[in-house]
Amino acid sequence: MADFEVPELKEYPVIPLIQEGSMAHSKPYVAKPEHQKSVGYPGELLDNWQEVAINKMGELVKGSRALQVFLDTCVKCGACTDKCHYFLGTADPKNMPVARQDLFRAVYRRYFTFAGKFFPKLVGAVDLTKEVLDQWYSYFHQCSQCRRCSVFCPYGIDTAEISMAAREILDSVGVGQKYCNEILGKVHVIGNNLGLPKRALVDTMEGLEEDIKDETGLDVRVPVDQKGADVLLITPSADFFAEPHIDGLIGYAKVFHQAGISWTVSSYASEAANFSMFIGSNDNLKKAAMRIRDAAYDLGVKRIVVGECGHAWRVAYSFWNTLIGPMDFLDKQYPMPSHIVEVTHDLIKRGALKIDKEANDHRRITFHDSCNVARGSRMGNIPGGQFILPREVIKSCANHFFDMAPETIHENTFCCGGGGGLLTDDLMELRIKGAAPRMQALKQVVDEHGVDTFVAICAICKTQFAKSLPYYDYSMDMITSLHQIVGDSLILGPTE
Amino acid sequence: MALDVAGKSVETDEEGYLANRDEWDNDIAKAIAVAEGIDMSDSHWEVVNFLREYYEEYQIAPAVRVLTKAIGKKLGKEKGNSKYLYELFPYGPAKQACKIAGLPKPTGCV
Repeated sequence: MADFEVPELKEYPVIPLIQEGSMAHSKPYVAKPEHQKSVGYPGELLDNWQEVAINKMGELVKGSRALQVFLDTCVKCGACTDKCHYFLGTADPKNMPVARQDLFRAVYRRYFTFAGKFFPKLVGAVDLTKEVLDQWYSYFHQCSQCRRCSVFCPYGIDTAEISMAAREILDSVGVGQKYCNEILGKVHVIGNNLGLPKRALVDTMEGLEEDIKDETGLDVRVPVDQKGADVLLITPSADFFAEPHIDGLIGYAKVFHQAGISWTVSSYASEAANFSMFIGSNDNLKKAAMRIRDAAYDLGVKRIVVGECGHAWRVAYSFWNTLIGPMDFLDKQYPMPSHIVEVTHDLIKRGALKIDKEANDHRRITFHDSCNVARGSRMGNIPGGQFILPREVIKSCANHFFDMAPETIHENTFCCGGGGGLLTDDLMELRIKGAAPRMQALKQVVDEHGVDTFVAICAICKTQFAKSLPYYDYSMDMITSLHQIVGDSLILGPTE
Repeated sequence: MALDVAGKSVETDEEGYLANRDEWDNDIAKAIAVAEGIDMSDSHWEVVNFLREYYEEYQIAPAVRVLTKAIGKKLGKEKGNSKYLYELFPYGPAKQACKIAGLPKPTGCV
C-alpha cells in the first residue's frame, strides 16, 4: 500500500529512537509562478533572495514582540522534544519542536543579535545559505502549526508562529508551496478552495435538497445567495464536495430547518478556510476574510455561523474582529462569530430540537479535538467550552460515547497529521506517519470499547483521516462529521 | 513531466495530471490509467465520460454526491455509492478519475 514504512501501533505509546535525517527528503511541490503571483509574491527565487529574506526576517521580528520573545527565550529544556506528532511518527530529530525552531533561530541570531554577529560559532548562529533555505522549505513543511508543543513549553514558545514566519519569508523570496498558494489564488478569484463556480454550487445544493427529500419526505432547503436570510453559513467547500463532509452539511440544514432559522450560503464567500494563516500572510488573511464581511453585508444577514472547519474557527474567533470588524450591521444579540456547534448546542439545551438518541445506537463514538479549535479558540461563554460543547452535543444525540486517553484530547490533542497546509498528496508519507499518535490513541478506544465512529469538526481532519485510517487497518468510513450524528438523530417535522 | 502515448509525448504536471485538457483522448486516458494501475472497464469509462461532460458544463469536477447519483442512474442503483466508486478508483474517485479524465486535480480540503 505504501512505499514507506507505516509506524506500527504498539500496545502503548512508545517514544521512538531518533533516526537522523529520516525525513530530509520530504518536501512539497513548489508553487508555480502564476500561483505565487496570485497571492502577491515573486514568481521564482529572487537573485537577491538572501538580502530580501533577512530584511523580511527583521521586519517580522520587529513587528511581532511574540516572535522575538519566542526566538530569544528558549533554554533548551527539552520539554517539547517528544510532543510533536511528526517527531513521534517519523523519529527525525529535526521534527522535535526545538530543533525546528532552531533552524530559524540560528539565522535570527546571526543577523539580529550582538553575539551572533560577532561570535556566531559560540552561539550556534549560521549564515542564511541556500542549503539552510532548502532545509527550511523541508522542515517548515513538516510542522502543521498545531501548537501542541507550546502547551508543554514552560515559556509558551509557539512553534506555529515561527513556522508561519519561515513560510512567509520563503514566499517573499519566491519559494512558496504549491498546495496552499494555488488554493488561496482560487479563493481570491472564485471564492472557495475548490474553484467551485456559482452554477456548480447551485446545482450541487439542489441535488442535496432532492436527497434530503428522498430521505425524509420534507422540503429541507439548502439555499444559495438568499438575501434577507437570518444566517450566513460559512463552511469549508469540502462540505459541498466530499464525503463524509457533506453529511455534516445535511446535518446543519436539518438543524436550521427544524429550528425555523432562515439561512443561506454565499456563492461569493463560499469558503470558511483561510489558508493565509498557514503561510503567515496577513495581507492574504485579510483579503480572504473580507469576502465574508462583504457577503454578509450584501445579503443583509443578522449573524454569521461558521461550519465544521478547524482553522477557520480560529481565524473567525481570534482574528475577524481586528481583520474585518467590527461588523456593526449584524444583530448584536447573537455572539459574533457563532460556531455551528454553539448554535446546535444552544437549541438542544433550550429544548428547541427533538432528538431520538437511539437513532445512533448502532454507533460507538469517540471525538477528535481539532488543533485550531482546541488551542486557538473557544466556544460558548465558558472556559474550555470548545471541549465541552461538541461532547455535550454528541452525548445529547447518541448513547455510546467514549473519550480517548486524556493526554491526547482537549488542549493535549494530537494533530490529525494533515493540518497547517500539509493536506496534499505530495506529503503523503509525512501525513501517514504524523497520524500515528492519533491512531495509537484511537486504537485504545477501539480495543477497549469497540469504538467504530470517529467524529471530527474540521474538513482537514476528516479528509486526512479518510486517507490515513486504512494505512492503520481501520475503515475510512469510521470518520464522521459531528453534524451527521446530529442530523441522524434529529426528529424532523411539525412541532407540537 | 511527460507521458508517452503511442510515440507521442503528452505534457503533464508533476503529479501526472494533464497539462492541457483539450489534448485528451481515449488513448491518453488509457495511458494514464495504466500508470495508475487501473484496467479500464465499461464502468470506468462511464465515470470518466460523466466527469468530462460535467466539467464541460460547470468548469469543475462534480461533487461526490452528484457523481454517485449520476452513476446510479446509468449503472443501476446498487452502484450509485462511493464504495462502488472506490472499488473502481482505489485512490479516490475524485482525484484518480479526474486524472484519467484529463481534468485538473480537485483542490482544497478534499
